[in-house]
Amino acid sequence: MFEQHLAALPIILPLIAAPIVLILGRSTFAWAFATLVSAAACYFSWQLLWVAFDSNVISYAVGGWPPPWGIELRVDTTNAFVLLAVTALSTLVLLYAKDSIENEVAPSKHALFYTAHLLCLAGLSGILLTGDAFNLFVFLEVSSLATYTLVSLASDRRCLVAAFRYLMMGTIGATFILIGVGMLYMKTGTLNMLDLASRIDLYDSSRTINSGLAFIMVGVSIKLALFPLHMWLPPAYTHAPSAVSAFLAGTATKVAVYVMIRFIFTVFGVNHVFEEMGMDLILMALAIVAIFKCSYMATVQSNVKTVLAYSSVAQIGYMILGLSLVSAAGLMSGLIHIFNHALMKGALFMAVGAVFYRVGSVDISAFRGLGKQMPLTMAAFTIAGLSIIGVPLTVGFVSKWYLVTAALEQSHWAIAALVLAGSLLAVIYIGRVLEAAYLQSASPDSEPVREAPWLMLLPMWLLVLANLYFGIDTSLTTDAASSAAEWLFQTTESAAQGSAQ
Amino acid sequence: MTLLIDLVLLAMLALTALRIIFLKDLFAVVMLFGIYSFLSALIFVNLDAVDVAFTEAAVGAGISTVLMLGTLALTGRNERECERSSLLPLLVVCVTGAVLIYGTLDMPPFGHADNPVHEHVAPRYIQDSPQEVGLPNMVTSVLASYRGFDTLGETVVVFSALIGVLALLGVRREDNSLTPESGLKSHLVLHVVAKLIIPMIILFALYVQFHGDFGPGGGFQAGVIAAAAFILYALVFGLPSAFSVVSPKFLQVMASLGVLLYASVGLYSMAKGGQFLDYNKLAANPIDGQHYGIIIIELGVGITVFAVMLSIFYAFSSQVARLNIR
Repeated sequence: MFEQHLAALPIILPLIAAPIVLILGRSTFAWAFATLVSAAACYFSWQLLWVAFDSNVISYAVGGWPPPWGIELRVDTTNAFVLLAVTALSTLVLLYAKDSIENEVAPSKHALFYTAHLLCLAGLSGILLTGDAFNLFVFLEVSSLATYTLVSLASDRRCLVAAFRYLMMGTIGATFILIGVGMLYMKTGTLNMLDLASRIDLYDSSRTINSGLAFIMVGVSIKLALFPLHMWLPPAYTHAPSAVSAFLAGTATKVAVYVMIRFIFTVFGVNHVFEEMGMDLILMALAIVAIFKCSYMATVQSNVKTVLAYSSVAQIGYMILGLSLVSAAGLMSGLIHIFNHALMKGALFMAVGAVFYRVGSVDISAFRGLGKQMPLTMAAFTIAGLSIIGVPLTVGFVSKWYLVTAALEQSHWAIAALVLAGSLLAVIYIGRVLEAAYLQSASPDSEPVREAPWLMLLPMWLLVLANLYFGIDTSLTTDAASSAAEWLFQTTESAAQGSAQ
Repeated sequence: MTLLIDLVLLAMLALTALRIIFLKDLFAVVMLFGIYSFLSALIFVNLDAVDVAFTEAAVGAGISTVLMLGTLALTGRNERECERSSLLPLLVVCVTGAVLIYGTLDMPPFGHADNPVHEHVAPRYIQDSPQEVGLPNMVTSVLASYRGFDTLGETVVVFSALIGVLALLGVRREDNSLTPESGLKSHLVLHVVAKLIIPMIILFALYVQFHGDFGPGGGFQAGVIAAAAFILYALVFGLPSAFSVVSPKFLQVMASLGVLLYASVGLYSMAKGGQFLDYNKLAANPIDGQHYGIIIIELGVGITVFAVMLSIFYAFSSQVARLNIR
């Protein structure tokens, strides 16, 4: 029975678990239950990825109504791959969250945290799996509302302003997406993505369709924090509880990157968006500015969470840069980086959260001497940091390698050089933290610091090991990403040929 | 004639919007928002979209106004002066508006029967839904059955809103600051009128809930109307009395149960061998199954919407009560 419903389970399991957690809200029980549900969702998405490998596409008609009349869940390697990253990170973050949340969130709000986390997971899974443009908006709202709540749960009052800014920008983004979908519906009479794709071809030069495209692209760009629409992100990730930052940095904006890929490749078609509208140049320019501006901003921050937040915006730049190369190799590098970035940023935010747990501050000065006092945490930070920089044997190197290869494939020498230059900035901002941790000694009057509790170290090190494992054995990530990228290009080309005939 | 009515309504809508932008008195702004919603509802009626109009009137003009007034009681009624330059926002708004207008240039002609929206997916809803789903009200067929997954998602959105409000404000029952003297104890006329009206509002809510299959209505509107009855009770008789009728904790359980009721219909149909939310599998006869499914999920929607709206009101007003004590 599970095989039949594989495509729906990663959405409905957390969706049903969320209200149960609210009713039964004992803190430890809520934690154990949420973690189990998330692990189950992760297991099913792992299965889903293998089924998608074998059969390319799984279509699940919710309610038994065939598309386009009913809502279709449509799984291919692209979304199954991203879903695996999201559910796996969610499970590890929940494992980690128990100690971290007890320290950072008021006890009366623990059940609310786990409920909101499950709602966010359900929303993100829904966005990934659905094949329906309006259904995507509905799940976007679920995940967004849950995200704003998660950010606002920290005991630091500044998180409220950050959450409010996030809410404002996020709502504008979601409204833009809704306006865009509305314009598409007005012109085509359908909401199913595949059906939209075949009918949009009939109206390629329509102003209504093109403004719909513009609204969707701007809306999604806000959601994925593309420079210069990223201003909501650094405060939100800085002031949110550590477990929330670790989860959101690896998932929320990356799912929005997936939405952009889906709309460009499946709905509008790559020819229309890139060749006729010339959006690849806009995206490329913004991505390069994002990489340099935000990597630079990361080097001058004193709060380590802010450093990582700016680094996230820069990493999104790498993903969009891969996308804007308009080739299967470029798209593949973007998809691989979505997965890999979840591994490295998750581990980094977890390490910083562990420091906050023990030291009570995430200022760069608080890291002094921690190399000796919290050796495991700082070792995890170091390896994940090397991964962000792109040192060989880590996943970061794999991402950069495919991005540079994709750029060189089209003889974009300048872009390849810029990617490498961006890594140098990463050396600076990661290096500043490492320098404080290993080369400076703790001030003599400060109290001794113990290593983080094992329940925080375990998921952190699992991610670190994944950083190394997928950096050496790249078969899973490259197979999934390359088959996804080829599939996306193939479908968009066959659609173009279909309309030409 | 309808064109003339539309034009007048749209002109009034634009005027209201402009007034909202320039007014500094937030109390007046909230009232104008209510008027704005009623005008939109009228336009929807004119477009023959009565279900949407009903929702807009109940949610937009009804409960939103109450909740915004609740916010004003916490924040004060005057807008703070903004020192920052508004040139960039103005530019962004103008560009957005220009793109919207540009997008309308190729729009299918207004109200034509052969527009794409009427020709592609909709014909099946119109022609086959009476046989496939068996409801006279096609809007309910579409939202509860064909696109039932969206409606589940929307119910979860409402539930997420509750989680957000509880995380920010919370409701503490054992709060000492809430004295029985709150409410409008001295207004005898209000008491009598409220006691007369509240049962009728609840009866109307139940009618809207269960009549959604046949006419405009359904869980969203019914939940909001039922919440309005309890809000009226809380306003006139004081928050503590309302708490003793339905406690905040009970409402949280209700909100969760509504979502679970909806989802359990989906799980049951899966256990019966169908897809998630396939109501055909709920009974031997598919039409009966559709009918049971739609009644149960609408009930789930109604329960969740009612519980969430009332909880949010509780959260706001218990904050106000605490503020007044200080």
